[in-house]
Amino acid sequence: MDFSKINWKKAAITAGIPLVILIFLGLWPTIGPQYWVTLFSYFLLYIIISVSWTIFSGATGYISLASAAFYGIGIYAAALFREQFAANLPLIVVVLIGGLASFVLAFIVGAITLRLKGIYFAMFTFGLVLLLKEVIYYWEIQFNDLRGRFVAPESNDTIYYYLLGIFVITMIVAYLIRRSKYGLALQIIGENEEAAAHTGINVTMVKVLTYAVSAIFIGAAGVIMATKLTYVDPGVAFSPMMSFSPVLMAIFGGMGSIYGPVIGAVIFTYIEEILKTGSMKNYYMLIFGVILIGVILYLPNGIVGSIQNLWKRISGARRAHTRG
Amino acid sequence: MHILEGEGVTKYFGGLAAVSDVSFYVDEGEVVGLIGPNGAGKTTLFNLISAALEPKTGEIRFKGKKINGLKPYQICRLGIARTFQTVKIFGNLPVIENVRIGSLFGPFKGLSTADATREANELLEFMGLSDVAYAPARDLTLAHQKRLEVARALATKPTLLMLDELMAGLNQTELIEAMDLVKKIREKGTTIVMIEHVMKAIMNICDRIIVLHHGKKIADGTPQEVANSKTVIEVYLGEASDAGN
Repeated sequence: MDFSKINWKKAAITAGIPLVILIFLGLWPTIGPQYWVTLFSYFLLYIIISVSWTIFSGATGYISLASAAFYGIGIYAAALFREQFAANLPLIVVVLIGGLASFVLAFIVGAITLRLKGIYFAMFTFGLVLLLKEVIYYWEIQFNDLRGRFVAPESNDTIYYYLLGIFVITMIVAYLIRRSKYGLALQIIGENEEAAAHTGINVTMVKVLTYAVSAIFIGAAGVIMATKLTYVDPGVAFSPMMSFSPVLMAIFGGMGSIYGPVIGAVIFTYIEEILKTGSMKNYYMLIFGVILIGVILYLPNGIVGSIQNLWKRISGARRAHTRG
Repeated sequence: MHILEGEGVTKYFGGLAAVSDVSFYVDEGEVVGLIGPNGAGKTTLFNLISAALEPKTGEIRFKGKKINGLKPYQICRLGIARTFQTVKIFGNLPVIENVRIGSLFGPFKGLSTADATREANELLEFMGLSDVAYAPARDLTLAHQKRLEVARALATKPTLLMLDELMAGLNQTELIEAMDLVKKIREKGTTIVMIEHVMKAIMNICDRIIVLHHGKKIADGTPQEVANSKTVIEVYLGEASDAGN
């Protein structure tokens, strides 16, 4: 009885728009110029990382700065199994290895540290990045007489399509988690962890498992990016920027909806590209900082959140209490 | 039958014995009051039962089975629900969602979404919160937030409900409503243990009262017995010699 037009329209929008975007992205390497294909690869990369970060940290409020560690693990998976001029495992297998290794690392780190609260968790996870970097440096120099490794390069299109695939899976997983009972559990852990535990939620299991799952995509993306970098060393693989970027992008775009980190990632990546290649290239971090402070002060819900609030005000706040 | 039993339960905070060798029981269908001066160990005892803390020594049994060593979520699923002294609601979520969460996660076998919504509506009706069902929980008055916590606790289908200072900070009207509420919950067959400072409420509702002082149990009996107990009067009013000076 309730097959009103609105339902169909809504269904068409929720399923239709992503499908159109996906077809466009799928055809992009055949229609877009090389430069823009490469730029889109970076868009996809940063979307993957910031959406993955938001799956766990956005919902629970635990600020993880370990993204660079998971990314670096992915890069080193590629360095070990996709070496230049060597017999290698197929790329898809290495992508899976990178994802799995990140999952295991995040699971262990989560199990040990997710009882830490607030800034202590952030500090520990960032410490992990630095620790892995130093340990791998030491290991490579001491036992392998190496500083860095060469990775078999892939074509721009291959890199693009792999990132597109990881991007699609990341978005689907993020969407499903958000819509599920499991996602609700995550959200209320963020609201009040103690009350959540006493309301029947296995808080530790939910936190550790989600953290580990969210790391898979970052690790997989690391594998692909290593084939673009072609030369990697621990300094490149475990660059702290990879830990901070997703946080900034997610805050910038807004964490209230799944589109927030996506839009934040695209805008940030594009601004970075303009600033880095233009005459302002020495000032781009400075301008980044100013933009971020502005967003935190004036748009506390991020760009997407602010637009939603504006829309609510325009449309008469009739759905003010529904959950996003 | 003793639904809840404690035997020699002890918990130290550093060198301080917050709960010291306390043995107690709660019978099925009873309303038991837990009273004592500030710092007597009442909330600590609640935390030990609900597994927020683990006792150093002693054993806590629920329906005859040992429950210390379990996690809070397991305690909840076994059928022990609690509220908190300072309300801990999910403030950014609508009131009804707070209750639904109780039904979805709390019972041993969680409810389906549709059943949880239906049950949440019934519980809100029961608690008199239907009018504010879709408001964000943080916008409610303190009295309503406390009721919401009780509603969420009831949604987990407890056989034992632990209320931590439900009446504190309420005005006269709200107090009478809260007392009626406790009686109504009891009529549904739920066993209740309540920490309370409002003596009027305690004397009125409880079948039995346990008195803690400096982490030790100093009295256990009907409201009349406890009110006439010399030790309890000394603890609450000071010794006769002090009062004289």
